[in-house]
Amino acid sequence: MLQITCPYCGCRDETEYSFGGESHVSRPAPDAGDAEWSDYLFNRSNPRGIHYERWQHRFGCGRWFNIARDTVSHEIYATYEMGDARPDLPGKADN
Amino acid sequence: MAKRQKNRLAEGGCIDRSKPLAFEFNGRKLQGFAGDTIASALLANGISTVSRSFKYHRPRGVFSAGVEESGGLLTVTSGNGDIPIVRSTLTALAEGKIIRSQNCFPSVNFDLGRSLDFSHRLWSTGFYNKTFKWPHWRWYEATIRRLAGLGKLASGEDNTGYFHHNLHCDVLIVGAGPAGLAAALSAANSGARVVLAEQEHEVGGSLLRQAAEIDGLEPDPWIAATLATLRQSGNVTVMTSSTVCGYYDHNVLTIADRSDAGVKRFWKVRTKQVVLATGAIEQPLVFCNNDRPGIMLAASAMAYVHRYGVRPCASMLVATNNDSAYAAAFSLHDHGVQIPAIVDVRENIAPALVQQADQRGIPIMPGSVIIDTAGFRRLSKARIGRLSKDAQTVLPASRWIRCSGIAMSGGFNPTLHLYSQAGGKLHYNVQLACFLTATCAQQVLVAGAANGRFLLPDALAESVQAGAQAAGNAGFECRPVAISTSVAGSYALQANRISPAGDTHRQWVDWLHDVTVADIEQAAQENFVSVEHMKRYTSAGMSVDQGKTSNLNALTLLAGLTDKPIEEVGTTTFRPQFMPLPMGVIAGQRRADFYQPARLLPAHDWHLAKDAVFEDYGAWRRPEYYAGNGKDRAEAIRAEVLSVRRNAGLFDGSPLGKIEVKGPDAGDFLNRIYVNNIQTLKTGHIRYGLMLNENGIIIDDGVCARLEDELYLLSTTAANADRIGGWLEEWHQCEWPHLELLISPVTSQWAVITIAGPDSRYILQSIDSDIDFSAESLPHMSLSTGVFAGVDARVQRVSFSGEMSFEISVAAKHGQTVIEHLLASSAHLKPVGIEAILVLRTEKGYLHVGADTDGTSNALDVGFAGIVAKKQTDFVGKRSLLRARDQSAERRQLVGIEAVDKHENLQAGAHFVTTDGAAQRSEGMVTSACYSPTLQRIIGLGMLEKGFARKGETVTVFDAGRTFSARITDPVFYDPAGERLHA
Ligand SMILES: [Zn+2]
Repeated sequence: MLQITCPYCGCRDETEYSFGGESHVSRPAPDAGDAEWSDYLFNRSNPRGIHYERWQHRFGCGRWFNIARDTVSHEIYATYEMGDARPDLPGKADN
Repeated sequence: MAKRQKNRLAEGGCIDRSKPLAFEFNGRKLQGFAGDTIASALLANGISTVSRSFKYHRPRGVFSAGVEESGGLLTVTSGNGDIPIVRSTLTALAEGKIIRSQNCFPSVNFDLGRSLDFSHRLWSTGFYNKTFKWPHWRWYEATIRRLAGLGKLASGEDNTGYFHHNLHCDVLIVGAGPAGLAAALSAANSGARVVLAEQEHEVGGSLLRQAAEIDGLEPDPWIAATLATLRQSGNVTVMTSSTVCGYYDHNVLTIADRSDAGVKRFWKVRTKQVVLATGAIEQPLVFCNNDRPGIMLAASAMAYVHRYGVRPCASMLVATNNDSAYAAAFSLHDHGVQIPAIVDVRENIAPALVQQADQRGIPIMPGSVIIDTAGFRRLSKARIGRLSKDAQTVLPASRWIRCSGIAMSGGFNPTLHLYSQAGGKLHYNVQLACFLTATCAQQVLVAGAANGRFLLPDALAESVQAGAQAAGNAGFECRPVAISTSVAGSYALQANRISPAGDTHRQWVDWLHDVTVADIEQAAQENFVSVEHMKRYTSAGMSVDQGKTSNLNALTLLAGLTDKPIEEVGTTTFRPQFMPLPMGVIAGQRRADFYQPARLLPAHDWHLAKDAVFEDYGAWRRPEYYAGNGKDRAEAIRAEVLSVRRNAGLFDGSPLGKIEVKGPDAGDFLNRIYVNNIQTLKTGHIRYGLMLNENGIIIDDGVCARLEDELYLLSTTAANADRIGGWLEEWHQCEWPHLELLISPVTSQWAVITIAGPDSRYILQSIDSDIDFSAESLPHMSLSTGVFAGVDARVQRVSFSGEMSFEISVAAKHGQTVIEHLLASSAHLKPVGIEAILVLRTEKGYLHVGADTDGTSNALDVGFAGIVAKKQTDFVGKRSLLRARDQSAERRQLVGIEAVDKHENLQAGAHFVTTDGAAQRSEGMVTSACYSPTLQRIIGLGMLEKGFARKGETVTVFDAGRTFSARITDPVFYDPAGERLHA
């Protein structure tokens, strides 16, 4: 069970959160072509290594935020607010 | 009078001979002592056969002295009925215990299922996949099910107290053998908060079964002194009878704690560091008929002598591939067990061992293996053969040796189940012929025998460092303690465990699931050569022992059969639980009323008094119908429907999901969420709305009311309230955070009372209120607020029944008084339950999301094409509706349906089927159906391919093997012009 640090509340057990999938997926404009739209709907990066994903502190403050998590070790390298850019993670190369 | 314990030694062991305990085994009255396990007490009484095996019903005896037990899995009767699969080797004996063998009929010594053994060649691996296909599996199932399984579950209420707890510490040490105790001393000395968990009922582990000298003390006094030191430190919690069963992400581990009688505790531990001092499990040797009662692991035999003062058998042949069994042989001999020989696969044996054997007059047979055993009910002799030079075959000459037991050792395999659960990888060590740790991303150290340090001095030296290092990693100063031991010892294993002679059908690899060498051979022959496939096909390692004694031998065999080194064959992944747990331990208190606490209506007591029959709809407990005057269900629902159509009905709609959206951008936001246009909705008015996901699929519907210029109230289906609240938050926070608004779920703040029917206005006007209920002031889809029956109220004129209908919302605490007031005001007003409402909405053709629609239904399929086309701005799911597939006329579309023969029982779930062409094909489903008391016939709704264009057509309906004709109609059966709705 992960231990996640909410940027607003602090360190809590995973049971207080809900997972919202990959973050930084931008929603195409309504006039997007079929290919672009289906890419948005169905394709995710699914990396082995650092995954930038969003979580909600569902049973806490209710806020959504981002996490950089290693999908192999489950280590969480960074937690940052919605709208912030992906953080620099020197030495934690995407593998 | 209990019998004398004929195999009990006069002295020695950690048992208390002054405290006899009476118990019963298969009806026989027996006696053991305090400190015994069930297994040691049975052996003390000379009981050799304790159970029957899983598949062949072979007689089995106690096989080990620990968690790896395969024979002594017994049924224990307690106050709660029978508990099956109790590990007799881990369970302390208690006064009055009633114990029974399992898997036998009529008795363990004469079992009819044994015929399965005599015909064993019929029952090889995969036998039921291949055999029981004709005429049908069902034909065999009852018999197979009765023969299968281990023991029987008790039925009825379980009175055991199951509790869940949380625990936080710096260092969790798993296992309190010498390694765990040493690590705990160092970690505690470094100042860390330590939890030391031991699965047996006392600490000490392998120290309890061997002679040793540590810090100048014998094992028992050293253990006592260590425990005293740990207790004095004040920061160590020692848990016994507590098995660490699961190792999860971010160092969460679970402990099943059996230390209190009548209570089972389940601990969730979050720890900074873990030290696995889980020891190693002795591996069996594989030879013909190696499963007879009396055959056990050598270290376990030694444990019975040392720890329990019990002679397992009168004479024991010792068979080994390493030095450790010599200590067992000598110890057994010194306690009066006759050792006819030590059979050793190795040619060269250390002179010191040979000398000690000579002193005791024990012959050693080097380069030899057991090739068969014999005996009726229990072992009587073993056949020994000499290995060829290359150890690949056995030379022709062989001899039988009389013995009543065999103590065998195939060396040790570290207990790394938890390491594997933690995500750790294992690698095969050729020299030690076992699996050792490779890498793990979690904060875990492995020490002692679990790390391949099978000799006591090595284990202690490593563990004092590991304990200090764990504390250091947790932020404390490393302060390892010093422990000295004078015991030397040797291991010198040669990796042969499998006897190269004899009938492989009789060579057991997995005792628990009756998997033999022949089964592994068959799996390999049928190309189940991946280790995971072999495991699943033969079921080796899948029983309650989870491969503790079978995995290594199965892998070794598979490697040999596929001509690969073991390190390439790999090992299976271990998963929680380390040992089986009763389901109650996992459930804890979350059962019965606490499983999912029911949400009660604000006026629950009133409904109860009105004879409501309750049903759970999602989390809500709601009146299904009211069973006044002994009415049956159908009759009651019919009367409730007609009361709404003829006069008026009162429906408690409080569970309706309610979400307030407030702020300058609230309208803009909702316009992006709903298919329907919200921007044109005026204050004081209400609009029906459909919500889609980004795939254009319908996820919810409800009405949206504009209460104030910057305040909207959304209603959602009751079951979806939480989900939609979360959905709105996600879109706001993640996609459009620049929009200024607040989202507040307010479902339980309000009681919602719906008054529907032609008399509803007249009834409401008779109540004291400043609200104008006239059609001019309060037309359909509008709202008003004021004081109603003495309390603040909001009235929304919306309808789910097709009648003129008013939804009155008051603070939840006033719900019951307002309902009572309304009911008292008119004899024409009757309470109606949710089933009547569902009939009313079906008559009117109103959509029930989740019943009429599923995960394939888009907005266009339910007739929203016009609204979608008209709306200029973007909304969630809009782009998906533009795809050709979503617009196809071939899709399933919402239709009304009625049976051509009005007596035909149209049911939801029936299929529309094609009648042309060879193969019948489903072209949709009946999604709702009911008897309409208003129309006096059965009507329904359905999703049908090209349904919009097929009104008036007669189609074929298939239901449970029958077909009949039905007519496609408009979904709106009742008041299509909406005159009653707008009255
Ligand atoms: Zn928070």
